[in-house]
Amino acid sequence: MSARGPLLFALMGLALACVGLFQSWQLAITILNMSLISAIMALGVNMQWGYAGLFNVGVMGFTAVGGLAVVLVAQPPVPEAWAAGGAGALLGLLLGVATILAAIVVYQRLPKGRMRGLAVFAVLAVGYFITSAVFGPATQAIEAVNPASEGYLGGLGLPVVLAWPVGALFAAGVAWMVGKVSLGLRSDYLAIATLGISEIVIAVLKFEGWMSRGVNNVTGIDRPVARPVDLQTAPWVQSLADSLGWDVQQTASVVSGLGYAGLFALVLGALIWLSERAWNSPWGRMMRAIRDNEVSARAMGKDVKQRHLAIFVLGSAVCGLAGAMMVSMDGQLTPGSYEPLRFTFLIWVMVIVGGSGNNWGAVLGGFVIWFLWVQVEPAGRWFMELVTSGMADGSDLKDHLLASASYMRLLTMGVALLLMLRFAPRGLIPER
Amino acid sequence: MDFLNALVSLSNFMLIPALAYGSQLALGALGITLVYSILRFAHFAHGDTMALGTAAVIGGTFALQSAGVNIAPLPTALLAVPFGVVAMVLYLLAADRLVYRYYRRVRAKPMIFVMASLGVMFVTNGITRLFMGVGETRFEDGERFVFSVREFRDFTGLAEGLALRNAQFITIVTALIVMVALFWFLNRTRAGKSMRAYSDNEDLALLSGINPERVVTITWVITAILLVLAGTLYGLDKGFRAFNYFQLLLPMFAAAILGGLGNPLGAIVGAYVVAFAEMGVTFAWRRVVSYMLPDGIEPSGMVQLLPVDYKFAVTFAILVIVLLFRPTGIFKGKVL
Repeated sequence: MSARGPLLFALMGLALACVGLFQSWQLAITILNMSLISAIMALGVNMQWGYAGLFNVGVMGFTAVGGLAVVLVAQPPVPEAWAAGGAGALLGLLLGVATILAAIVVYQRLPKGRMRGLAVFAVLAVGYFITSAVFGPATQAIEAVNPASEGYLGGLGLPVVLAWPVGALFAAGVAWMVGKVSLGLRSDYLAIATLGISEIVIAVLKFEGWMSRGVNNVTGIDRPVARPVDLQTAPWVQSLADSLGWDVQQTASVVSGLGYAGLFALVLGALIWLSERAWNSPWGRMMRAIRDNEVSARAMGKDVKQRHLAIFVLGSAVCGLAGAMMVSMDGQLTPGSYEPLRFTFLIWVMVIVGGSGNNWGAVLGGFVIWFLWVQVEPAGRWFMELVTSGMADGSDLKDHLLASASYMRLLTMGVALLLMLRFAPRGLIPER
Repeated sequence: MDFLNALVSLSNFMLIPALAYGSQLALGALGITLVYSILRFAHFAHGDTMALGTAAVIGGTFALQSAGVNIAPLPTALLAVPFGVVAMVLYLLAADRLVYRYYRRVRAKPMIFVMASLGVMFVTNGITRLFMGVGETRFEDGERFVFSVREFRDFTGLAEGLALRNAQFITIVTALIVMVALFWFLNRTRAGKSMRAYSDNEDLALLSGINPERVVTITWVITAILLVLAGTLYGLDKGFRAFNYFQLLLPMFAAAILGGLGNPLGAIVGAYVVAFAEMGVTFAWRRVVSYMLPDGIEPSGMVQLLPVDYKFAVTFAILVIVLLFRPTGIFKGKVL
């Protein structure tokens, strides 16, 4: 890396420090933590786009699947719900999978023709009715168990950090299915397929209450770092607060936030180390060769589809990991809050602005764009106040403009993406 | 009688809504397929541009309404459509000049175009929300029904009722007119033929003196007309909410791919297949089935294959099946 990278990172650190000094340290730490998570997501997207030129428009889906893993791993199980319908729900899921497998077997074994189509259809129809006869009542029974606070199966009650790799695995599984279907075809098919799967993942999270409590949200998920409330009573925090001259509450939340920051930085560091190693290895050279000239890479005997599938799964797994980390930081899974503009397209802006094909660039993009995303909103409000300052108080237009100031940041991000793509397509820290 | 009742119930709750929805999708998918065959990229900003166009129409409608202009029994919005079309033609041409033209000139990879259209989508989305917020706006006025459930029952004496909403009727008729006009344009006019030639073989078209920039401009103009109409009809039918238009992107792409990207006829067929599949799978067949079964036997549940929330899953399943078994679509794509 030339001097430019460290300089830009130093500037970024300075900006965060300014937030700490002039706004509050709590805010600075919050931005830092979310930046670290965003950076990991950007790393995942960068693997797909920067290494292989694959266009994944479903980042939201993969992060949400990762978030689901946290609930399934870390939440305590709900014994009543398991008794009410746990076996039925699991059996239903198995039957569903068995139906699809049976259809595939029938499709592969029978000779081509009308009989095959009818047989596959019959298998699917029978399987569907058996599955829904088992699955439907079981899930209803589960959702009826203490619906105000439970109404779902709960998780395994394991330590929450264990959920992070599981989240990556979940996302990898989903990515494998999507990639298997849509890779090897026209390059925009993958984009459209990932757009679809991310909508479906969110729909499943929202409406399969027996699994994720749906729009009722799962809250109070176990955290890997002590909560600020618990820290407030710790003597060392109190003495730290005294020596800093802050109040205890603020100190506790900063300390807790720093704990997360440490954990996240550890994960991010490991990922960067691994991806840099991969980038500089023969494997990385092969990926770039495929990206830059697919035809000649294929002529050299590379199995392009398999390599694409591998990197697509890998990148999505990283997104899933980040999604799991985000849920364990918030301590809650809120399926209603997953929005494609925030979780897919913003990550893309990070990668493009930071520098696609450069791991450090993607990380820097994550920091810069998240910082702007948080800070543009007050700037937008200030701008709108300036614009409307000449208008009469209470006029409809003024109220409307002030109310819609928060949408300014979508606009800003779009303009930033377009400008970077046009004038500096290689990003802040270009690919070497 | 039972059979008639079943048919009427089915039409009321599924066939007519699906026909209207399919027509709206078809207009949208036609736009996607046109952009794809001329500019050769997947236009991700389509849904949001549709929303912005509809927002312009809504603005025009409100202005007309406050000026006391109306064309009852038809909704005032139809009168405001030309305004929306002009606005969107200007908007899309501006986007083309400011964003896409550069990438055309440097012959960028298709993925770069898609990325740029993502940026345009972001900006469009921001502008729409700036004007309209995120809530729902209804702008349907004029007569609500061509005929209502009660009128139908009194007329036919059947137990089941059938209503045809004005918005649905207008949608189906407009879509039909627009499709016919589009095919006439593509097959009979000089400009349409030059578009087809350009889509078929770019180099050959250039050699025979077709001006590519002109073809591109015409494409954007047609796309603007199609998407403003699609958006307005969808909004009249279901109310305007910016996010719903973004979500239309998936069914529209699925329709275009199912029919064969770049094939207008395919886009229309694909749109109706997607619409009927979505509605059919998420439709509660209980009433229809109970009419069809012999007396005394009633289905126990709703007889609904999937809850309505999963209609996108249906679209996605169609997409996956197409990609697995016939990636070029029903009609071989990539010809106009």
